Formats: sequence, C-alpha cells, structure tokens
Amino acid sequence: MRVMAQMAMVMNLDKCIGCHTCSVTCKQTWTNRAGMEYVWFNNVETRPGQGYPRTYEDQERWKGGWTRESNGRLALRSGSRLKNLATIFANPALPGIDDYYEPWTYDYRTLTDAPLQEHTPVARPKSLISGRDMAIRWSANWDDNLAGGPELAKDDPVLRKVSDKVELEFEQSFMFYLPRICEHCLNPSCAAACPAGAIYKRSEDGIVLVDQDGCRGWRKCVTACPYKKIYFNHRTGKAEKCTFCYPRVELGMPTVCAETCVGRLRYLGLVLYDVDAVLPAASVEDEHELLDAQRRLVLDPDDPEVVRAAEKEGIPRDWIEAAQRSPIYSLINEYRVALPLHPEYRTMPMVWYIPPLSPIVDAVSETGEDAENRDNLFAAIESLRIPIGYLAGLFTAGDTGPVTDSLRRLAAMRSYMRDINLGRGTDEEIPRAVGMDGESVYEMYRLLALAKYEDRYVVPPAHAEQAHSLEASATGCSLDAEGGPGMGGPSTGGPATGGKVSLPMPRIRRPQEAE
Amino acid sequence: MSTTLETVLWVIAPYACMAVFLVGHYWRYRYDKFGWTTLSTQIYESRLLRWGSPLFHFGMLAVIGGHVIGLLIPKGWTAAAGITDEGYHVMAVGLGLVAGTAVAVGLTLLIMRRRLVGPVFRATSRMDKLMYVGLALVILTGMANTVVGNVIGHYDYREGVSIWFRGLFFLDPHPELMGAAPITFQAHVLASLALFALWPFTRLVHVFSVPIGHLWRPYVPYRSRDTRMGERRGRRGWENAEDGSRTP
Ligand code: HEM
Ligand code: SF4
Ligand code: SF4
Repeated sequence: MRVMAQMAMVMNLDKCIGCHTCSVTCKQTWTNRAGMEYVWFNNVETRPGQGYPRTYEDQERWKGGWTRESNGRLALRSGSRLKNLATIFANPALPGIDDYYEPWTYDYRTLTDAPLQEHTPVARPKSLISGRDMAIRWSANWDDNLAGGPELAKDDPVLRKVSDKVELEFEQSFMFYLPRICEHCLNPSCAAACPAGAIYKRSEDGIVLVDQDGCRGWRKCVTACPYKKIYFNHRTGKAEKCTFCYPRVELGMPTVCAETCVGRLRYLGLVLYDVDAVLPAASVEDEHELLDAQRRLVLDPDDPEVVRAAEKEGIPRDWIEAAQRSPIYSLINEYRVALPLHPEYRTMPMVWYIPPLSPIVDAVSETGEDAENRDNLFAAIESLRIPIGYLAGLFTAGDTGPVTDSLRRLAAMRSYMRDINLGRGTDEEIPRAVGMDGESVYEMYRLLALAKYEDRYVVPPAHAEQAHSLEASATGCSLDAEGGPGMGGPSTGGPATGGKVSLPMPRIRRPQEAE
Repeated sequence: MSTTLETVLWVIAPYACMAVFLVGHYWRYRYDKFGWTTLSTQIYESRLLRWGSPLFHFGMLAVIGGHVIGLLIPKGWTAAAGITDEGYHVMAVGLGLVAGTAVAVGLTLLIMRRRLVGPVFRATSRMDKLMYVGLALVILTGMANTVVGNVIGHYDYREGVSIWFRGLFFLDPHPELMGAAPITFQAHVLASLALFALWPFTRLVHVFSVPIGHLWRPYVPYRSRDTRMGERRGRRGWENAEDGSRTP
C-alpha cells in the first residue's frame, strides 16, 4: 500500500440553483484573457442537455478516456502511443471552435461615439475569433433551463442511451443542474496522452496541472480528456485547465467556485488513497463494478493501518488529521450518497456528486401527494424510470442500484427530519429502511442541510516546511508570464530569485489588434 | 582558387547562419520556453489541415531523410554497400519526387488555408509569413534541382554540393565546388541558409521537440510541489528569529 493524499470535491446537486456564479467568478479569476474567451474551467450544465462542449459525452465521436482491452489492460480510447504520435500533425478528434462556441464582444464604440441622432445606435456582436460581425447562435449554456426544448435535449448522449424512444415528452420531463470542473482524476487520461509529458499530478495533493513551459501545443490532451476539461489557448498555443485554485488551496482557502457558490453545495477536503491500487481499480472488467472499485480506493482515514501507511509515506500529521475531519470520505463511503461522474471513463474522477432528489420530489408533489412521506418517495424512486436511468447514465455507468440507494437515503433524511422539525417523535424505522441509524441520518443532515462553512471546507494549508516557498508563490505566482494563466505582473518572485527570469520575447501576433 | 564572392557566399554566410541557428535556439529555449509551441490553429479549421498538415509533414520527414543520406553519406560508402550509381539515382529521384510532391501539395494547402480561412489568417504573424516565404523558396528551388540535375542536364551533387557541405563541418570548406554548381543548387542552398537563420525565431522550433519520449514514458507523471516552487532559497536569518520552531 502506497498512500497518497488527494484534494477532492463533492457537490450536492439538490442545492444547485443554476445561477452560474461559480462559472463567472472562476472566469474572472482564471480565464478572462485573450485566447481563453471560450474557456470555462467551471461550467454549469442543464441536464438533460448537450453539455459543454456540445455532446462531449459521446466518446464514440470524441474519443476521450480509457477503454479496457481484451487482455485486461487499459488503453487510451484515442489510440496507442504510436497512433497518438502518427496522428499528431492533424488531430482526428479535436473539437473545433464551433463545438464550443464562437466567443464575441460588442462593438461598444458605436454607442459611446454616437452623435446625437434620431435612432438609437446599436452595438453589434463581433467575433473574437474572426473579428467580423457575427450572428450569435450558440454559447456555453445555450440550452440553459431546457431552452430549445426537446429538439436540443434529444442530442444529449446520456439521454440517448437511457431511452430508445428518444422523444422526451416535455410535460413529464425533469431537469437539474450539473456544475462541472476538472475532475483531477486519479488516472488522468489527459496526462497519459500528452506527447511532451507536460501534464502532471502533484504528488502532495493530486492536483492535475499543465506545465506551461513544457507544453508544446500538440493538443492531444484535449481529445483524451473525456470531460473536455482541458482547453487550448488559441493565442499562446498552450493547453490550460482548472488548477483547483491551487494558490488558494495551499493557503488553506477553498477554491473560488466553492467559496462563491450561492447554494453552498460544494464540499472540499483531502482523501487518502492507495496509488498502487488505482490501475487495478480502473481496469475492472464489469463497468458496474467500477463505482465500488473507486469507492474502495478512498481509504478510511481513521483506520490505524491507513494512518501508519500514510505516515510512512511522509504525509504530515496535520494533513492526516485534515483527511479525518474532511467531509469527503463520509459522503462517499459512510453515507454512500456521493457518486463519481461517468466512472465508465475509467479515469477515476475525484469530483463526486450527490444526485438530486428534486426530480422525484417534484414528480410526487405534482400528483398532489405528500412529497415528504417516505413511502411516497420510495415508491416514486422505484417507478420513475427515466430520471433514475438518466442519473445512472451519469453517475454509475447505467447501474440504477447505487443511484436508487443514494436517493433513498436522501429521501429518508427528508422524512426523518420532518418529524423532528414538527416536534413529533422520530420514526426509527425510516433510517433502518435505508441501512442507517437515527444518529447518522442526523449527522448527514447537519452536513448536507446546515452545511456550515467549516464543515464544508477542510483544506489544510500546505505544509509548514514548504511555507516559505509558498508564501513567495502567493505573491509572485509562477504562472505570471506574459499571456500566461497568472498574468499578475512580472514574475520576479522576490529578491532572492533563483533561476527564474521573465520572458522578453515579444509576441507579435495579430498586429491589427495592437491599437 | 575561389573568388571573394564565393568565400562570402559559401563560407562566411553558412557559418554565420549556423551560428544564428545555434545561438538563437539556445536563447529562445532559455528565455522563451513559454513561446515554444506549434501554435496549432486546428481549433479554427480542421478540414484543410487534415490533408495539408500530414502531407506536408510526412513528405518533409522523408525529404529530411533523403538529405541526410544524400549530403552526409559519401558516395564511396553506398558503392561499398553494393548500391550502383544507377540504382541510387533511380531510388533518389523516385522517392524524391513522391516526397517533394507531397511537401509541395501540403504546403500549398497550408498556405491557402492561412490566407483564405479568416481566423487562421488573423492568427498569422509577420514571422509566420516570412517563414512561409522561406519554406516555399527552399522547396521550389529544391524541386528545380531534381529537374535540372536529373532530367534536363546532369549534375551529380554527391560529387559537388555534398562534399562542400561535409567540408563545412570539418572546417575544410571548398567554396569552389559550390561556385561550380548549377544556379538552382546555389539558390537552394542560399534559401536554406536564410531559412535556418530564421528558424529559431519562428514556430519551426517545434521541430526540436519531437516527442519521441512519449513512446516509453510512464502514463501518469507525478511531480512534487517543491521542485517547482524553489523560488526562494531557504529563509533569511531574521525570518528564523520570528519562528520559535527553528534554530538559526
Ligand atoms: C516530427 C516532427 C514534427 C512534429 C511532431 C510536428 C508537429 C506539428 C504540429 C502538431 C503542428 C500544428 C498543426 C496545427 O494543428 O495547426 C505543426 C505545424 C507546422 N509544422 Fe510541424 N512538426 C514536425 C516537424 C516539422 C518540420 C520538419 C517542419 C518544416 C521544416 C515543420 C513545419 C511546420 C509548419 C510550417 C507548421 C505550420 C502549419 C500551419 O499551421 O500552417 N514541422 N507541426
Ligand atoms: S477531468 Fe481533469 S484530470 Fe481528468 S482527464 Fe480531464 S483534464 Fe485530466
Ligand atoms: S454557484 Fe453554486 S448554486 Fe450557483 S450554479 Fe454554481 S454550483 Fe450552482
């Protein structure tokens, strides 16, 4: 057993109101730069819907993630290493800008410079790609709140798998939001596909990063990531991705998306995992076994043997304690309500989701029945084939069992807590029906419903021995290169700078924009 | 004996261009690793690139292979290996024409794409344009060599240009050999020298990042945070004083 620590996130989907605050604050922090206009490290999708980029979950087409070969070994779906190099000159499965959307700005000068005139002047949309006038036809969340209706939703690859008759009756439809960031996978296919070896996992906290000096713009990672969470900066010619806000996390602060989340639905913390077990877990044959394999990877931080093994690997004491206090392990393995997104991609994603009960609650309420009664809820969970199948398509490779279990626990919590809130005696039969006891249901309620700041985010600061270098990085970020992701000024890194020098090479692309 | 002009063109210019090439790459790598990329434009346009880029690149790799054999391997060695002059000739012209055509068609497609596809044109820098002029000149004069040397007249470059080229590396230049070569060969060499001098300042630097290591490296690289962040070497004396946990 070789124990490593990993920063992980859980999102409680019932609470997401689809406000996109997380996307906007993330964009303001990380991607409000030329070349990154179309990039959303955090995006919020309405499901059913096509997602961003359009239909990215259709891996027959986009070739992301891993497949299991007949000999039991994993291979990138985009091809062997040799094929990866042979197709380097033109990538056969790279999303084009139209699969994302053509980013635009408005010609504001026609407004500010307009003379006094009879008609109101109009600011036209201008493409940030071609520089020309353009018609806006798509964006990162064009099908927000099921806009576009069944016509757009029917191209949702997950929905297609659930229902042979693809027609989604609009009246009996369901809807929820799915916020997405990079999954900081334990078995990242983006890193495996990078010809330059520039994408790496940080051994301390498992955050997956692109070395901006090492990236050569071969753009293979974009194809290999099944979640399409690596983006190509078309100005700098380098790949960029969600950084899990590592400069904040190192100081013990939550990521920007988590901190600003209006629904307070994001949970952050460390988990301990056995790195030697990752590949075997990702290679199990039956796709329905992947979820349990992945759950087993996340070790019990209170198990003395795990603690000993972690100490042996040099994981600091306070980090082990942080893993013990972290809400992540309990949501995954104790309450067993959190599920990974698309485990069948075999990348072992580390952003987990508590599936939304709201489609079920809504369906019950619409019948006029009591939507907090456990029997009504349990019965609805059994009978609502399409929403359950859909959630299973997202979170469990189509196996409805674990989704049902998770939803039943959420339903039980709902009924059990109602009795308490109404001052009635509790019905211990309710937790028992879902294999829990009253106390753990109450603890789960505290974590999910009250969701105090310090319970949601257990982020240990980077370790003290390294604090001196981290302090420097918090003020002078190593990504502060011109046009780089940091862009906070010259990267001098303080008076005692070692070898790092800022980059004097003038980049003279697109002179017409010099102005 | 060689004339002054010959010395300038075939001795001084080659060494100057080689120096710019070498020092330029060192400088670029040292100070602009962030700019060291293919600057792929595939996100804007795939249909033309899908044909143009592989044609150009695979053709180019073959052409480079041909040059290595033609320029670096002395005639005596291939003869010793049992390859007749005739055989060598047929092979070189045959493969050369196929690869040359692929390169020419590929480059035409790439240049058309650069000019005609709006977003790609917008992303084309002055250096890109210079690079394409250089590449086009080198390839045109190179194909002219095949025609002039083999079809119209007869010039065995392995007894002229190649010896001059190898001589440069042994500090034993023979400018008179170049002086005696047909004009297309002279033009090809001059255009190539110019391209080499431009090389380190264009996207062509990506050629030296051929990711061969990808074939055997481990799939998931791990890197430790502190190897990346050693921006300050240790604490200064006064910082230790504030922190009881450390002795100075
Ligand atoms: C085996 C080594 C090489 C590899 C792996 C490689 C790879 C690439 C890649 C990935 C692109 C970006 C294409 C795109 O998506 O826009 C590119 C562009 C380019 N390469 Fe190479 N290349 C190699 C060797 C060469 C050589 C030897 C030359 C010429 C002497 C060359 C000239 C170019 C040019 C001119 C472009 C720009 C094409 C355009 O966008 O118009 N490459 N290369
Ligand atoms: S989700 Fe993130 S870590 Fe996983 S493959 Fe994609 S970019 Fe890499
Ligand atoms: S900020 Fe929170 S509630 Fe709003 S869309 Fe993002 S995840 Fe959902």
